[in-house]
Amino acid sequence: MAKTIVEKIFSRRCGGDVAAGDVLMVPVDGAMIHDITGPLAIHMFHDMGGKRVFDPQKIIMLFDHQVPADSISAAQLQQFMRSFADEQGIFNYDLREGVCHQVVMEKGRAAPGEIVVGSDSHTCTYGAAGAFATGIGSTDMGFVLKFGSLYFRVPESIRIDVEGTFPDFVGAKDFILNVAGDIGADGATYRALEFSGGAIRSMDMAGRMTCCNMAIEMGAKAGIVPPDAATWEYIGSRRPMKPFDLASDEGAAYAEWRSYDVSDLEPQVAVPHNIDHVVGVGDVAGTPVDQVFIGSCTNGRFEDFREAARVLGDRRFSENVRVIIIPASREEYLKTLRAGYIERFVEAGALVEAPCCGPCMGGAFGLLAPGEVSLSTSNRNFRGRQGSTEAEVYLASAATAAASAVAGEIADPREVA
Amino acid sequence: MRVWKFGDDIDTDAIIPGRYLTEYDPRELAKHVFEGTNDAFRAGVQEGDVIVAGRNFGCGSSREHAPLALKGAGIKVVVARSFARIFYRNAINTGILPIICPEIDAADGSSIEVKSDEGCVVVNGMRYAIEPVPPFLRKIVDAGGLVAFAEGLEEVETCTGSRR
Ligand code: SF4
Repeated sequence: MAKTIVEKIFSRRCGGDVAAGDVLMVPVDGAMIHDITGPLAIHMFHDMGGKRVFDPQKIIMLFDHQVPADSISAAQLQQFMRSFADEQGIFNYDLREGVCHQVVMEKGRAAPGEIVVGSDSHTCTYGAAGAFATGIGSTDMGFVLKFGSLYFRVPESIRIDVEGTFPDFVGAKDFILNVAGDIGADGATYRALEFSGGAIRSMDMAGRMTCCNMAIEMGAKAGIVPPDAATWEYIGSRRPMKPFDLASDEGAAYAEWRSYDVSDLEPQVAVPHNIDHVVGVGDVAGTPVDQVFIGSCTNGRFEDFREAARVLGDRRFSENVRVIIIPASREEYLKTLRAGYIERFVEAGALVEAPCCGPCMGGAFGLLAPGEVSLSTSNRNFRGRQGSTEAEVYLASAATAAASAVAGEIADPREVA
Repeated sequence: MRVWKFGDDIDTDAIIPGRYLTEYDPRELAKHVFEGTNDAFRAGVQEGDVIVAGRNFGCGSSREHAPLALKGAGIKVVVARSFARIFYRNAINTGILPIICPEIDAADGSSIEVKSDEGCVVVNGMRYAIEPVPPFLRKIVDAGGLVAFAEGLEEVETCTGSRR
């Protein structure tokens, strides 16, 4: 029977003919835990009578949400996880590398055909590597730490075919916000989003990660881009692995099939407080902003900063805006630094922080006061997500963020640059 | 049991804000449940009250702190038109019963009766059909949650389950 790539990944793992709707106990190839949800997962592992983790090599541990520790309780949780890593022989990236999803990708810890879980909802990002990756809670993660397997219901897929060429200053983030506006915040619940077509093939890995990252915002279990030359090149430079064929069969059954052409796409903005409340930038241009955040696992990569720097040019950011720039990882930081963009951002008046989640989750620093407005390149604009429940968060691309930071109000990068 | 009525797309940041995630004792978390988004709930919720919500309850973050905070506040059952996927599993794993009831409509403060055996909930004499818990999760619910299910096991048999 013709299969989607997701059905194929489960079939490869379990042998035989697995299809959407099957519920199976499936072994995983990797399991990621971080400083927020990891401690509870470890407690659950112990509560389940766990003594030794299933395979320390397959566990990815790191700290990114509250680093460097911003409270004594955060420090204690990190201390607790460090000692668990020591005792179990788990390699711990600690706070050195950056935001979990970026780090998993760049260390090659998710690869085509693999099944990876993480106790973080944006684990779906690794679909950009051709993996089936999904976020789980801490108790499920405790179970994975003990057994190395978990119950999965193999999801149906929604096929998203994307053609055309992006206009200048419009890219992956604008596209995926546009899709979220169409599909809605729960329109893909329990399903996988499979991205294909010419515009995806010509998209860099950074853009593919942005698309897969936001699958969860539509309720999806996973996002996935079938591997191609770009995927294999990315993976091949990070771990030894021989390319193999992995694609959906012609005639595979999809729950839904959507087609997009990005040639006329405008910069998109999600307005408070819903991810699926998406408009063209023109509709909200002129809205004053107090803070602009460029970073996160959605848009904290070199390619995003390059775009931001291109919009900024040799100007300064508006003095009415606090501009916070946080590369998603050490690797992305170094690339951005070596290209001279960090210096440019600092000159222009931005605060550049070391790799971490920063204001994205409202857990650490960069929180908003009541009545304040933020424009952020991250993935969620829920009420209260970045601080006060009386604050407002708009979401957009790095180009739109940079344009807005220069203008002091939401602005169209095509006009500012 | 008193109904606390919520709308669509209630996210886990609303249930428990990010700045409280260094805590995971349900009673401590309950001190901040719906902080800033529904303070009346926190002040008035009683043991055994029921949340009745619209679509996509529990969307967003995978934080299990969300069902734990509800549990700490005394909630044992959430009835919603639909649930976000991760929250649904987390609820079952932490001992909150998520009931999918596609047609549910109940005014805030009304009383509700959950009749799982009869496959319905009853509000003001009106019966609303509920969807059964999927069989593989039923095993976990029947065992008393995932921890109890896992405790007795040394290993699991992989690639078994239900195929079509
Ligand atoms: S950057 Fe934001 S969305 Fe990404 S892992 Fe960190 S808190 Fe979550």
